[in-house]
Amino acid sequence: MRLRAFRLAAWLGWQMESNWTDPWLFAVYSIIKPVSSALILVVMYYVVTGGQTQGDLFAGLYVGNAFFMYVGQLMFGMSWVVMEDREFFRTFKYMYLAAPSIYWYLTGRAVAKFLVTSLAVAVVLGFGTAFLDLPLALGAVRWGYLAAVLALGILACVAFGLLMAGIMVISARHGQGYAESFAGVLYLLCGVVFPLDVLPAPLQPVGRAIPFTYWIEGVRRALMGRGMSPSLAGVDDGAILAILLLSSLATLAVAVLFYAWMERIARDRGLIDQVTEH
Amino acid sequence: MLEELERNLRAVRARAYVRVVGTFRELSWVAFEIAMPLLSVGAYVFLYRALGAPERYIGYVLLGGAMTAYWLNVLWSMASQFYWEKQSGQLEIFFITPVSRMSILAGMAAGGMFMSTARALGTLVLGSWLFGVQYRMEGIWAGLGIFLLTLAALYGLGMVGASLFMMYGREAWHTANLLQEPIYLLSGFYFPVRALPRWLAAAAGIIPITLGLDAIRQVVFPGAVDGLLDPGLEAALLAVSCAAYFVLAHAALRKLEDLAKREGRLTLRWQ
Repeated sequence: MRLRAFRLAAWLGWQMESNWTDPWLFAVYSIIKPVSSALILVVMYYVVTGGQTQGDLFAGLYVGNAFFMYVGQLMFGMSWVVMEDREFFRTFKYMYLAAPSIYWYLTGRAVAKFLVTSLAVAVVLGFGTAFLDLPLALGAVRWGYLAAVLALGILACVAFGLLMAGIMVISARHGQGYAESFAGVLYLLCGVVFPLDVLPAPLQPVGRAIPFTYWIEGVRRALMGRGMSPSLAGVDDGAILAILLLSSLATLAVAVLFYAWMERIARDRGLIDQVTEH
Repeated sequence: MLEELERNLRAVRARAYVRVVGTFRELSWVAFEIAMPLLSVGAYVFLYRALGAPERYIGYVLLGGAMTAYWLNVLWSMASQFYWEKQSGQLEIFFITPVSRMSILAGMAAGGMFMSTARALGTLVLGSWLFGVQYRMEGIWAGLGIFLLTLAALYGLGMVGASLFMMYGREAWHTANLLQEPIYLLSGFYFPVRALPRWLAAAAGIIPITLGLDAIRQVVFPGAVDGLLDPGLEAALLAVSCAAYFVLAHAALRKLEDLAKREGRLTLRWQ
């Protein structure tokens, strides 16, 4: 029953994500944004280094930025469902009546974002390898480690998405701003486009407490054979995986409890079907 | 004639009033909209520092980050505003009021400028303090003049966008969404636009922020010798595009309103 809800939510999400235009235009739309975002960093790097892209720092920031797209997209995707269903289509209350578990529904709705983002990540990495001297070779990738790290990172993304969805349930109007701001905090603190060591000293422990720091570092090690942050250089691959596993599960547990708490407040205050508009 | 002018000016004031009052009504929103660009700016500042970039680049990034408030406002609260109004059932009310649609758009623009300035100023002041940005004080007034020209042209472009978006449903949302990062890239929000190929930077001049940012950076940051064109020429181009966008908006609004009426799209919701 829950898997059926998940499957149908995924199908619904895909339709809503893609059926506003023809498939070709949708594919272009899905790729332009992430490629532009990556190119901003590329040009920033070019301007300062005079056109060099061979350094470890470039490879680290390029790969980090590519995979961080999952964080922004899944967090925004899961939380925006609440706002979109409640405020625009006014169907959120029916999901409570129909779906066996709202968690499976929200997670299912994120599947479309996951698929579109996966395509974007592949395109960005392919572009980097083809045109920017990104040192990626399929034969050198540690696929098993990448699969494990990727799965745990996606789990953490879902957990953070659920946290944001909990906030949306009791919020009016601010859907987009909250998720994007939070993604901005994570982008800054997790050493995505610069080594964690560059952050001011008081912020570094905060970064080290967030699963995405280990996720991005793990992905770099799986793809390129080395990480980017000197402060994480002493942590071996197994430890990265273990920390990521524990922190992702802990975040998921907190997110489920948090969402249930927010939902109780929303029911108490009659917010499940509120319409606040923009 | 005078009575009509007065009625239209009242419409401008009324539409702007909603946004002026709304600017500080939801304080958490203010905090997020100041914090959001500052966080992106923060990440880019640390990247520039990790690369050992000249100090003026920190100012470039901060100014670009502050200008995102205007671009986002133009996209989501000017260009796609008629889409939101359609969703909430307000568009019909706007259209039966006996005033020019341009007055409603002008009111939206005036209110939007006020709202975005509150956000951009917060980002700029807080960011300058946090990252220690240095300015060339003798260039501040010229920079302010170019900034005002940029805003006038930018909101003119927003009016053109509003007329185009009036026709559309979910496509409007996705189009606005699509015009964020690609424009940040093409307009050089976080780097000097001269770093792009010349033809591309010139094409990006259609977006007033491209020329505005480039000119302001040249006059307010010490040692900024990496501009695309002379700041005076960029200001003149902005003045021309300002007039062009207002004329274009007026024509597009009439044309697309007529088309939307004939195709029955003005009251179409949730499609």
